[in-house]
Parts: sequence; C-alpha cells; structure tokens
Amino acid sequence: MLYREAGQFKTSYEADQSIFPIMQDRWGIAAILAFAFLAMPFLASEYFFRAVMIPFLILALAAIGLNLLVGYCGQISLGTGAFMAVGAYAAYNFAIRVPELPHLVTLLLAGGVAAVVGLLFGIPSLRIKGLYLAAATLAAQFFIDWLFSRVKWFTNYTPSGSVAAPQLNIFGWVPDAPSEKYLLCLGFVTVFALVAKNLVRSRIGRSWMAIRDMDIAAEIIGIRPMHAKLSAFAISSFIVGVAGALWGFVHLGSWEPLAFSIDRSFSLLFMVILGGLGSILGCFLGAAFITLVPIFLNQVLPELGIKLDTATVSHLEFMIFGALIVVFLIAEPHGMARLWQVGKEKLRIWPFPH
Amino acid sequence: MQARITGALAAAITAGLAGLWAGSASAQGEMNWPTLVYRTGAYAPNGIPFANGQADYVALVNERDGGINGVKLAYEECETGYATDRGVECYERLKGKLGGAVAFSPLSTGITFALTEKVPGDKIPLLTAGYGRSESADGRVFTWNFPLLGTYWSAADILIQHVTKVSGGADKMKGKKITLVYHDSPYGKEPIPVLQDHAAKLGYKFEAIPVTHPGVEQKAAWLQIRQGRPDFVFLWGWGVMNSTAIKEAVAVNYPRNKMYGVWWAAAEPDVMPTGDDAKGYNGLALHPSGTAFQVHTEVFKHLYDRGKGTSKREEVGHVLYNRGLIDAMLKVEAIRTAMKQYGNKPMTGEQVRWGLENLNLTAERIKEIGFDGLVTPIKVSCLDHEGSRKARVHQWDGKHWNFVSDWIEADTKYLRPKVEAAAAAYSAEKKIAPRSCS
Repeated sequence: MLYREAGQFKTSYEADQSIFPIMQDRWGIAAILAFAFLAMPFLASEYFFRAVMIPFLILALAAIGLNLLVGYCGQISLGTGAFMAVGAYAAYNFAIRVPELPHLVTLLLAGGVAAVVGLLFGIPSLRIKGLYLAAATLAAQFFIDWLFSRVKWFTNYTPSGSVAAPQLNIFGWVPDAPSEKYLLCLGFVTVFALVAKNLVRSRIGRSWMAIRDMDIAAEIIGIRPMHAKLSAFAISSFIVGVAGALWGFVHLGSWEPLAFSIDRSFSLLFMVILGGLGSILGCFLGAAFITLVPIFLNQVLPELGIKLDTATVSHLEFMIFGALIVVFLIAEPHGMARLWQVGKEKLRIWPFPH
Repeated sequence: MQARITGALAAAITAGLAGLWAGSASAQGEMNWPTLVYRTGAYAPNGIPFANGQADYVALVNERDGGINGVKLAYEECETGYATDRGVECYERLKGKLGGAVAFSPLSTGITFALTEKVPGDKIPLLTAGYGRSESADGRVFTWNFPLLGTYWSAADILIQHVTKVSGGADKMKGKKITLVYHDSPYGKEPIPVLQDHAAKLGYKFEAIPVTHPGVEQKAAWLQIRQGRPDFVFLWGWGVMNSTAIKEAVAVNYPRNKMYGVWWAAAEPDVMPTGDDAKGYNGLALHPSGTAFQVHTEVFKHLYDRGKGTSKREEVGHVLYNRGLIDAMLKVEAIRTAMKQYGNKPMTGEQVRWGLENLNLTAERIKEIGFDGLVTPIKVSCLDHEGSRKARVHQWDGKHWNFVSDWIEADTKYLRPKVEAAAAAYSAEKKIAPRSCS
C-alpha cells in the first residue's frame, strides 16, 4: 500500500535509469537530505554533532569506500585503517609543506595518494583471492603503521610522533563551529555516496560485480580482471583516504598511528558486513550500528535505575553490543540493508498480505 | 511486574536517546567535576587506583567541608578504556554539564593530544600532572595546558642525573649503554629526544626499543636486551606492559636493580604480580606512597570508617592512589585560588584556568590541607605551566617502596630552551600567535 509503485509509469529511458525508480524513495531521500542539510544544523546540540554525527558520517564514508572493494568487487581487505592513515598523513604533509594549496585540493590530493598506495597493495589481488588476499592486505596495515611511527619525515619530526592538523580553510570558509564541521562532512558524504551509487550502476561497477560473482566467467565474457580489480582498489582507497583525512582534520584534530590501527580496519569491515555487503544504504546502517550503539548503551545503562559503577557499565556495554552483533548476523546474514528491503516488500503489500 | 520493567526500560531508552541528543540537565550551586577514567581494559590496573584517589578526594571535600567554600563538586565518571576516540566522546559528553566543566585530566597522553586541540575553543583547562606534551610547559603557546609537577622531558633528565650519580660521575658515563623500553605511542616517545641529547653530551650509547600496545608481547625486546646487556634499562610503560616487562626481565635474568621506570611505571600494580622477583626494581616517584599523611587520616575518618570510600581500604596509600589524591587536590586548590579572585560561586573553566596559572602552593598551605610530606611547593606562572619539576627514586623491596635518592630537580637551563623551541614549532605549524606574559 505504502510502497506501491502502481501508476508510476516510466515514459523515458532517463526515468528508467534513475537511481531511485520508485517515487516514494525519491521523496524519502529528498526529505532526509533536506532535513540533514537545512534543519539539523539549527536543531542538534554540540555534543550530538561532535560525538555522534561527525564520527558517524566520516566512518560511513570510509565504509562506502570499503564496500566498493569488499561488497562490490569481492576483494576482502583488512588494510582500511592503513589507507585511512595514508589519507590523513598525506593531507597533513600537504597542508604543512605546501600551505598555498587550497585545503579542498589538499583533502582530494590526500585521497589521490591513498589511491596510489591502495593500487600498489592491490597488485597481489591479481594472483591471490579470498582469505589469502586478506592476509596480504593485512601486510599493508602493519607496514603503514610501522612507516608512520618510524619514519620521522611523515610526522614533520615532532618529538612524540603525534601530529596536529592545521585549521581547515575551504576557499575562505573556516569550518570551526560544530555545525559547520558537520556540514562539511555531510557534503563530502553526500557527494561520494552519489558518486559511489552511480559507479556501481555503471560499466565499471558491473565489471566489479562480475569479478565478484565468478572471476573466470567474467574474464571469458571480456572483462579484464586486472582493470577491474585494480580500479576497485584505487577508487575504494581514494574514498577511504578522504575519510581518513577528514577523521584527522575534522574529528580528531591531532592523532597518532594508533588512531588508524588494525582495530579501525576490523570495525570498518564489520560495519560493511553488518550493514550489508554490496549496498550503499548498508554502509550508513552499519556505521550507525557500530559507532552509535556502544555510546548509546553507555548512556542508557546508568539510567536503568540500578546503581552500576563505571566498570560494570563498560563490561555490560561490551556484552550487549557483542550479543547484538550475533543476533543481527543470525537474523539477517545479508545485513541490515536486506532487512530494509524485506521491510519494503512487506510495506508494498500491506495491509493485505496474501 | 512485566509492565513495570517494560516501562522502566522504555523510560531509560528515552532518557538515553535524549542524552545522545543533548547531554543532561543542570542543577544549581554545584560545579561539574568531570573525570575520564579507565576501569576496564589493558590499562585498568593502573587506571583504577588513580580514579579512586580522585573520587575519594572529591568525596572528602564534599563530606568534610561541604564543597569548596560552599560550592559542592558534582563528580561524574566516564569510561574511556584509554582509547582516544572514546576519550574525545567522553569529553564532549561531560564538558557542557552544569554550566561547564572545571577542568579535565584524562590520564592518557593520546587523549591529551586530542583534547589539546579542543580545549582552547571550549575554554576548559587541561591538567596533566606528570604527563602530557612536554612542550606544553610553555604557557605562552599552550594557554590551556598545565603539565604540573613535571613533564616526560623532566623525567628523562632526572633519571639521567640519577644514573650518572650512581655510576660515579659524568666521566664514568662514557661508553655505558642505556636502553629505553617504551610504549609505542606519544607517551613512550616523549623522552627520546632528551635521552639522545644526553647521549651526545655524556657519551653513553643509547638504544630505544618500542613495545606495541597493549604491551603483553615483549619477548623480542628482552632478547635484544639479553644480547646487548645494557648498563641501565629505562622503562616507559603503562598498564600490563609494566608487569610484563618485569616478568620478562626475570626470564632473561636482567638485574632488576638496573631497571628504572618512569613515575608511571613505578607503582604497586607493576611490581606486585611478579612478587619477590621484582625486588630491587627502581622507579621515579613524584611523591611518597603509604598512608602516613594527614590527608589519609581524614580520608579514613570521613570516608572509609563510614563505608563511603571508593577503593579497597588496603589499597589506600598506593602510589597511584596518592597521585589521584594529589591530582584532585591541585584542581581543588586552583579552584580556591580562582574563587579568591572571582568570588565564592561555581567557577567556569576560564576562571579555573586563571586559578591554575596563579596557583602558589606554599609549604604552609600544603600543611594546612594535610599534604605535608606528600608534595613540595609548587608555583605556576604564565611562562611556566609546569610549576615544579622534582622527583625522587624509589626501590621496591618486595613489600614497600623505599626511597634511594633525595629530591632531584630537572635541569631547567637545558630543558627550557628545548621546550620553547618545540612550542614555537607547534605555534608555527598551527599558525597561532603566542601570547605575551609580561
């Protein structure tokens, strides 16, 4: 009933190829975007921006990047944290050493550097697959961790190895209020989500999915595995690198290699798996789940009326969060995006299920 | 019954969502005393006693004196697990409550670095007593940072002074070998430049071996030490890394009396798990341990005898517990100083900053508040945010820590230009103009 597309006729090829073929979806997305861009900056508190929305948006962006690689091209990567680190340190070095560059260019160049590094570490994917590839990308994680904590040039010889990002300045706009930082991240996420959505619907995205589903068959029908795999690594790393630069410049302000440790790689991979492999919506759902649920639990447990000390709350948070992950994986192995799809189907025939 | 539980759950979830959205509401006549703690994870053995010391001193001030000049302290903990991103979240959660936080002391170098970027905007002082960025001792650049009692550069300088004395003079240091086993993070890396400078000056051979977080895997480091047989091993560890290091030293038979821990690697949780094997292990001490001080008598009388203590009774007086007390005391005294200037009402972060910068703890004042023997006089100024830079060396005898040196003061003539140079580099990178102190 609610989601019935009856009566919505496609009369042109353009309409047939639109991103959201159903009118309800188009309105829904437009409403969400309008709310996020126009209403949110005036409504939310500083805490909500800084501790909830900004990390959520940046990690959703990184998850989009990773999903292109893992969900669409089928190449498992455990090096996401490292590619984020490359983006962050590249942006830092461009900002410090070439201060004349506009910061928007700096951030995009950082993505470019990450893309090159991602491409290099993607080369083994031409020979190895699956878990073996995961092990190879793990090497990227450890190597890059080592590089940024040992080679002093990258950290501009700071005595402690921790770097502090200069204030961003995007063509004269200095986003330092929480709502401005939020808008900056939101802008990046919106643009890249749109780019990613269109990429996966295009020729290149189809070639990734063909490789994912069966690489030999894909090769036989004329898809070049080298092109497809390396482009997936490069584009994925580009987006992840931009997310890393934002994480450093907008969210943390000052960071050390530990901010991009293997834990970050794992949590991003879990976001993608829980949210839904091969789904852009899933990236947002997964990022929301992994970043927000622990904070939410940490605040909700002390409100239950039972007196709990800080340690118990923290232990409970871990236990409930872990249990929730298991529950979700059992209930819907294809991720939360699939739950939404099922929900949509149900809404379509509601209230007359047959 | 079921309905009640469901109702309570729904109420809690709504409250939690509201908390996510806005933080909590405020009350009158209280000051927000936020505490970032870690009572879980690999660093909990050291995080817990420090947090308990803080909690007890705040409780003591509230119970005994009814707050500071009548203004009660609203103590609230937030668990960071020593993780920087959770620390930042906790900071954002607590900073705005009750009209603003008085000060933060995160007890983590990583969180300190992240918050250093945020506190100038929020106008909240960052008290990092005995840790934090070494160059933040320069108050002209780091207006909001207060690394009171001593930075890591001071610690490294003091340690070198001590081992030089133990070796029998500066001429005896030539050809000696010193190995630093450090936590591979900004915390562990801080002392390296100072130790390298001294190596060039005194002629000892310096080697630094990193240990990755959380530090339970250090076999390789200690094999390297067994081969190199350095004359001294400095330990810059935290949490389980410290006790593991001592265990590994036992395993490769490296003499414990040639090991020196920084003041964060010289407490009971570090040596107790090893038992008698830790005998002879040395470490820096910013203050004595034990309960032989006036403030402990009061803590027992007002809190533990009434069942209001946070810690286990037998752990009161441990090194890190005492440091928690001192940390809280410094903040309380800074608030008092600020109240003298601004009146007896809840202080804002900006006013507490003024109090910290004009903090002058004289010997008489220290005696008045019951810390006689625990701390030495501290005088903070706009130029010098460190206040005092003295430590003693203590040794573990299997049961207690005993002092083996007198107070050693770090060499300001050498350190100050280094601090100023590093602070200047920071201000150039961040494009902030240092304020004038005259």
